[in-house]
Amino acid sequence: MNLQVEPNPAAPRKLPELEPLTAAFWTGGEHGKLRIQHCGDCGHWQHPPLARCPKCHGANLSADAVSGRGRVQTFTINHQAWIKGVDPRFVFAVIALDEQPELYVFSNVLADPERMRSGMQVEVCFERNDDVWIPLFRPVGES
Amino acid sequence: MELPEKLCRITGIGQSEVGRPSPKNALELTIDACTEAIADAGLRPEDIDGVANYPMKSLEGGGISPVSVGEAQFALGIDATWVGSGTHEGPGHMAAIFAAVMAVATGLCRHVLVFRSVAQAQARLASRESTLLTGRRERVDGNNAFTVPYHAYSPANLWAMYAQAYFDKYGATEAQLGWIAVNGRRNAMKNPNAIYRTPLTIEDYLAARMISTPLRLFDCDSHIDGSTALVISHRDLARDMPNPPIHIEAMGMALSGLSQGVFDGDFTAIRATRAGEMLWNRTDLTPKDLSCAQIYDGFSIHTVLWAEAMRLVKPGEWLSFVDGGHRIALDGELPINTGGGQLSAGRFHGYGHTHEACVQLWGRGGERQVRGARSSLVCNGGYGYGALLLRTD
Repeated sequence: MNLQVEPNPAAPRKLPELEPLTAAFWTGGEHGKLRIQHCGDCGHWQHPPLARCPKCHGANLSADAVSGRGRVQTFTINHQAWIKGVDPRFVFAVIALDEQPELYVFSNVLADPERMRSGMQVEVCFERNDDVWIPLFRPVGES
Repeated sequence: MELPEKLCRITGIGQSEVGRPSPKNALELTIDACTEAIADAGLRPEDIDGVANYPMKSLEGGGISPVSVGEAQFALGIDATWVGSGTHEGPGHMAAIFAAVMAVATGLCRHVLVFRSVAQAQARLASRESTLLTGRRERVDGNNAFTVPYHAYSPANLWAMYAQAYFDKYGATEAQLGWIAVNGRRNAMKNPNAIYRTPLTIEDYLAARMISTPLRLFDCDSHIDGSTALVISHRDLARDMPNPPIHIEAMGMALSGLSQGVFDGDFTAIRATRAGEMLWNRTDLTPKDLSCAQIYDGFSIHTVLWAEAMRLVKPGEWLSFVDGGHRIALDGELPINTGGGQLSAGRFHGYGHTHEACVQLWGRGGERQVRGARSSLVCNGGYGYGALLLRTD
């Protein structure tokens, strides 16, 4: 299964800083893994990563691979051109990852906007831009 | 011990002319609003001993907070014993009002001038691009790192997802949501200082261009240049001042995790529910006692989420309540956003709502006056949440 997708030259992305807590999320795609902060003491998954576990307050935190599967919690199809020269039509969505209730990741879904539905099953793929592997999602079975 | 807000009264209000853009600079607009509020309270600048604004002056572009407390204080000739700025990390836009309440209730100040100025229309003359993209830095950090790389440059994209989730869960429709904008416009047509005063029908609303599904053009408020001010005085002094004192019957606040990118729930409710719990626990009044409500409408969906957070209806019922626009009209069961709200009066950024509540309670609404208005709820904010329950004697 090919997890890598090519950047769209018509829609260049402004990239995230690789910060100490977030770098794993943005670079896990190099090895085909979506990595999410995980508490080694109580098992809670947390995104975005925090300095301590919000459930048990522990500091035994690591960025561990998840399945990369989830479903669309909610979404929007953008129409407004916010910047010149960038294709304004994209799907922005909240993905509820399978690992835990309310474990949410914001992303783009690579799907025909007409077919977008809340509840749609999706899986992760990655778009490399420089030293960042942006986690994106597409409908299950379309890789 | 008495609750701090019970010791305070609103004694004067002022608002500058709205502009898009304004020919006046932000400090001049601020002076206009503050001078009007101080005079309305029957005071002179020398009587004011505290000044607060929201938020702290911002040096970033965008005009979100172009005037500092210090600039206003010295320009107005005020010799304050206490000044402060409300931060984003508090009860949202209401932070300066809460700070003023605490300064008065603790005896630090007698009369606090609160102001909120924006120059977002003038800033757009320099750049029409999203303010997130005009920064000098190559990359984005903090919570913006989880939206901007996905092309979600505007809060419209985030709040659109709340609207979609709400529609999916409760079966509400776009045409129902449209009544919030149509109602605002209907009221703005009777507000001489509103930015948009031409008629808007539900058909016009539905025919307008999509911004980010399901939010359309008229679901989004408009940046303006303008300033709003109010005076908060100790109740012992308010008795002898010209306006019938407006009681701050109760206040409530909550902070969401949204600024940290931390989301919980199913995207059909916001943590303003905690502001609602706090507010209604501090008063014997109930939602049934409201004469009107000024409910934040940076985006129309905010009004839905706030109304349910404040228990005005049960979760999932607000859009049925507003459908057709009758119940929320000036002569309806619960008139809302009686001055047009931010959608049609302009983004005075929360302070327009508090100003309008006072206009109604002092019977100054003219054509848009709610008959016999004695109490108004005010709710502000999309990320931090602040609410006031205001009433007359």
